[in-house]
Amino acid sequence: MAGQIPLVDYLVLDDGDPHLIAQECTSCGARFFDRRNACAGCFATGFKTVPVATEGTVRAFTIVTFAAPGIPTPFVASVVDCDGTQVRANLINVDPDPDHVRDGMKVRLATYPMGTDSEGTAAIGFGFEPAE
Amino acid sequence: MSASDEIWILGIRMTKFGKHPDLDTVDLAAEAAIGALGDAGVSMADIGVLAAGNLMAANAGIGQQLQKQIGQTGIPVYNVANACATGATALRTAIMAVKAGEAKYGMAVGVEKLSGAGLLGAGGRKKDDADVWEPKGRYGAVAAVDGRIGTEAMPGVFAQIGTEYGHKYGGTSFELFAKISEKNHAHSTLNPLAAYQKKFTLEQIMSDVMIAYPNTRPMCSANCDGAAAAVVCNGETLKSLSSEQRRRAVKVSASVLTTDPYEQGCQVLPNVNTLTRNAAATAYQQAGVGPSDLDLVELHDCFATAELVHYDNLMLCEEGGAADFFNSGATWRDGSTPVNVSGGLQSKGHPIAATGIANIWEICHHLRGEAGDRQIENAKVGLAHVIGLGSACGVHILEKSAA
Repeated sequence: MAGQIPLVDYLVLDDGDPHLIAQECTSCGARFFDRRNACAGCFATGFKTVPVATEGTVRAFTIVTFAAPGIPTPFVASVVDCDGTQVRANLINVDPDPDHVRDGMKVRLATYPMGTDSEGTAAIGFGFEPAE
Repeated sequence: MSASDEIWILGIRMTKFGKHPDLDTVDLAAEAAIGALGDAGVSMADIGVLAAGNLMAANAGIGQQLQKQIGQTGIPVYNVANACATGATALRTAIMAVKAGEAKYGMAVGVEKLSGAGLLGAGGRKKDDADVWEPKGRYGAVAAVDGRIGTEAMPGVFAQIGTEYGHKYGGTSFELFAKISEKNHAHSTLNPLAAYQKKFTLEQIMSDVMIAYPNTRPMCSANCDGAAAAVVCNGETLKSLSSEQRRRAVKVSASVLTTDPYEQGCQVLPNVNTLTRNAAATAYQQAGVGPSDLDLVELHDCFATAELVHYDNLMLCEEGGAADFFNSGATWRDGSTPVNVSGGLQSKGHPIAATGIANIWEICHHLRGEAGDRQIENAKVGLAHVIGLGSACGVHILEKSAA
């Protein structure tokens, strides 16, 4: 079966432009990306799925030059503030050096193919790229 | 507060940190424990509770292994694991048992064999990605996310914690973080128990191997072997002891353990700030002292980027003012608030479960006036801080005996 599958289930590929979704607590509004048992902030158990803004600003970053075996380096790990929702992601399509990666830079969501499995399905990863 | 509510460190010891190829974890733990018992002037027959930690083999029962070498007396053992706060958690456990009146003397031990351990936190990709993409786990991930969605390795996690501080308050730079490391490496030259006693120039630090920008290799905690142990009792018990024991005993004015309360983004990048600030606030209140009363601080500088944020979290400076505070020279050993005069985790070393007791040993050493060449003169009050990602934070405030 050819087709594509997202790297993680909170990356949506089949509903308009690629975007991330979060589980938002219907009681206090806290947002999470993982499967939830309850809200860590207010303990409520009701959640709704909400889209996360696809543009944001870099809030924290590091350029990893030394990683566990099998992980290609260098890469830029970051936390992107997407209109108030913090998102963990790599910065991609940017030179991984301190001259090109800056605190507060404007970035937007981008996807890339990770490879194809034995059934022909392509896995799609995501990162954020410079927006200007 | 009555004497029975007061907790005192009666004896404490750390081993030399570094490479100990001929000693196993039990050897190191035994050296620290027997040393602490001797320092306290008591024996295993007196100890009513033992709390022990060895994070890398957390299911191996280091407490009972240690008993089998130094004394099986049938007392309760609590084997604890709390990431890099394991040692502080062991001490806190022994303190709680003594405070509850369940034991007259309690002992806490932390030990780790970590020489050559390499990167911590990163599981790596144990095998190749699957033959067929299949969503797994709480994120429904079809492949390993470390390196694809940020980093799980500690140098990069704490690098982001440092750059996030700069994002919020400004004033940070690669050079600033490197200068913090320069300080700690300079401090360790006076500490014979430090894993490294080598002074580095700023240029050497900045041009060393980059691990995760802005942390180069000397700006990362040194993986090494080591152990530390402490014996505690309450004030009532202390009254019955010799004048020499009373003179050398160190008062535990505050003993606090916290975890991170939920805040926006804390499950995306660990928030090491709020739980540290909460622990510090509680500790200052318990002890009835403030940051300006501290003669020295040992804080959890697992990376140079981490030390900066904890100046602020421990309220050693005004909020947002950590860079200016460091640049003023305040945290050098001749400054107004000496921080990590032991050399810190970057130079003294970081044998994980030992760290939370070794930091307290350093403070006690100064309060007792026994720190030799690196003695902070007239030290009366000190604070020891550790943080384990996940997260757990331990803060202890210690005061010199009036006896």
